Amino acid sequence: MTSIQPPAETIWWKQPLDRVEGTWIAIALVWSLIMFVMMPVWHIYGKQNLSNEAYRTTPAAYMAKTQAMVDQYTVRTETDQQIPVVKPPPGSDVYLLGRLWQWWPILELEKGQTYRLHIASMDWQHGFSLQPQNINLQILPGYEMVLTITPDTSGDQTIICNEFCGIGHHNMVGKIFITEGGS
Amino acid sequence: MTTETFRTCPESGLQFHKPAETLMRMNAVVAVVMLLIGGLSALAVTLTRWPAVHLLPADRFYQLLTFHGINMLIFWIIFFEIAVLYFCSSTLLKCRLATPRLAWLAFFLMVAGAVVNNLAVFGGQATVMMTSYVPMPANPNFYLGLILFAVGALIGCFIFLGTLVIAKEEKTYEGSIPLVTFGALTACIIAIFTIAMGAVILIPTYMWSMGWISHIDAALYRLIWWAFGHSSQQINVAAHVSVWYAIAAIVFGAKPLSEKVSRTAFVLYIAFLQLASAHHLLVDPGLSSSWKIFNTSYAMYLAVLASMIHGLTVPGSIEVAQRAKGYTKGMFEWLRKAPWGNPVFSGMFLSLIGFGFLGGISGVVMGTEQINIIIHNTIYVPGHFHATVVIGTTLAFMSLTYFLIPVLFRRQVFLPGLAKWQPYIFGIGMMVFSLMMMGAGTLGVERRHWDMAFTDAAIGFDYPASAYTLMGLVGISGSAAILGGGIFILITVVSVFFGKRVESESSYGTETTRLMKAEPTITPQGGHAAAGKWGFAAPGTFAMAIFFLAVFVVYYAINWKYLASVWPMS
Ligand code: HEM
Ligand SMILES: [Cu+2]
Ligand SMILES: [Cu+2]
Repeated sequence: MTSIQPPAETIWWKQPLDRVEGTWIAIALVWSLIMFVMMPVWHIYGKQNLSNEAYRTTPAAYMAKTQAMVDQYTVRTETDQQIPVVKPPPGSDVYLLGRLWQWWPILELEKGQTYRLHIASMDWQHGFSLQPQNINLQILPGYEMVLTITPDTSGDQTIICNEFCGIGHHNMVGKIFITEGGS
Repeated sequence: MTTETFRTCPESGLQFHKPAETLMRMNAVVAVVMLLIGGLSALAVTLTRWPAVHLLPADRFYQLLTFHGINMLIFWIIFFEIAVLYFCSSTLLKCRLATPRLAWLAFFLMVAGAVVNNLAVFGGQATVMMTSYVPMPANPNFYLGLILFAVGALIGCFIFLGTLVIAKEEKTYEGSIPLVTFGALTACIIAIFTIAMGAVILIPTYMWSMGWISHIDAALYRLIWWAFGHSSQQINVAAHVSVWYAIAAIVFGAKPLSEKVSRTAFVLYIAFLQLASAHHLLVDPGLSSSWKIFNTSYAMYLAVLASMIHGLTVPGSIEVAQRAKGYTKGMFEWLRKAPWGNPVFSGMFLSLIGFGFLGGISGVVMGTEQINIIIHNTIYVPGHFHATVVIGTTLAFMSLTYFLIPVLFRRQVFLPGLAKWQPYIFGIGMMVFSLMMMGAGTLGVERRHWDMAFTDAAIGFDYPASAYTLMGLVGISGSAAILGGGIFILITVVSVFFGKRVESESSYGTETTRLMKAEPTITPQGGHAAAGKWGFAAPGTFAMAIFFLAVFVVYYAINWKYLASVWPMS
């Protein structure tokens, strides 16, 4: 029994390493550095990065901005709850809010166009999870997150909530429709 | 006060200080009770996430999920860790435990905290998950219970440190402390940091829940909560790696390949893991990318490096010990001829493999800044941490328990034939469970979610059929793992309370012996590498490490490729 006994050599820190250790440490260190470098490299060459653009906000201020967009660009309503479907022009600022237990409003975006998507919570923490794209973001009250997105697939995307937000959490579902450009 | 306070275990040669022994027993027994109730809730939760069964109603599901997370991750693990700390100080150093009375205070505070917290959750006013993200409110007792528990655990940490001081002063050992005690010391240091962070966040949150503070910022809460929540996982890693080294020493008489490397790797945990809390915040608003990259990678990858080192040196030390016993044929005779029927060894080895291949690789991949976008808060995340904290920590603790039943509790293991199989049922069940969760998470299935079919939602969504299949497999493999956990509890409870006593004599006396240094290594001609191959002392282990790296690289690349297929965003 030795790892549970004091080291045999009093000056154990002067003992040379075994070759198997030295080799593995070198390999593992190189791999760690490669993984480190990958992240800045992806910021330069990769296309999927978060902007880190965010602002402090309040539920009232954010609601006002969202409501203004809804008033201006609503094209129809969906479901029994008459949720507005909003079609803002390409390139514009688009507002989405999460609240107990709804993503509001429904958005209709054009494929291949770029939008500045703002997201904030009106109450508790929520998880923006766009499916089947599988883009997942943490949404906090008091913070307005801004993301420049370019939908490059057509068809429906569903927003589900993947941060626990109380008893209605599993019913918190929203939609983003992607239409073919030019239509 | 009796003077007869030490006994030496005839089989293991370990020396127990009576008050420390009682405390270790009590902490370990309460830990197993926590594992039992955590396991019962695991069954209910697992059967609810199995779509074909969907056992519980929504409110019960979220309540029991909160209960499961806290009782397992906090109460089971930390009660057991306190026992491990006392073992690694008092028992391994052949020293009396510092202030046993305070240790009882620590114990009762922890018990009281656990009871107060669990009652709050059972009252239905604290269904907030273990993370209790503000501003979702919980009954104040929820936080109060956690605070009481943390104070108790903190006292336990200081008793460990105090015991080290006494051992040094009373010269109960020669030279430096053993590697395993050193590992426990790193766990203890990290624990003290962690508990301080816990105080910084839980005390204001308690005050907020009492109405004494009006507002807590959600982003700040997450930053500090995870400085506590993540570093507490480093306690577990340092503790279970120490247990791996201890078991390698107990079963094989293994000694570290080199003290320097193994100890430095432990120090890396202290130096770098704390900052890794950033990897919980990779898709949060309000933090810059450079902050995220620095704190996850600079810090995390050096800690990852430390785990990769232990991942080599623990099996490497076993290989060297086995080769010295003559198991030198080929690359893997040492491993084939290992005692696979001894649950102390088999559990430890499954823990090592599962922790590295499943928990380690998935953790680094999802902790990559951009890749986190496709994984955050999906059920991939519980898939990852069941591999680390269940296969890694829990299974390592289970293996150690099989050693402690005769040595600490002086009982024979009940149903030894079944005990042989237990680590496989639990470990392999859990490996499949974790993998299936990771698969489902890759398809976007959410964590902490009652209904993946969205039956009652105004807007529906259909996951692909394969996601349902994977969640069904999660249910089946999870149930198998729970069976393995149940067998463990059955064996330990029956052994400890009703088991046959170990026959050999081990009575208390006053005589104590000094802990001697390890025998100097007898290095064969040409270094101990001569027993190995290619100048490597442990060629089989090295080959396994290279295989591990290959899997790691491939899986890492696949995830970048998957990320590249989602919508461009900036
Ligand atoms: C056989 C054993 C176990 C099974 C089958 C099991 C199963 C599960 C399941 C199904 C979930 C829910 C995932 C979700 O819906 O988000 C979960 C969550 C969790 N489990 Fe386990 N578990 C087991 C053991 C453990 C152990 C031993 C620990 C800790 C040491 C643990 C810690 C956790 C934690 C921390 C959560 C997350 C709770 C949350 O999201 O707040 N589990 N487990
Ligand atoms: Cu939500
Ligand atoms: Cu939610």
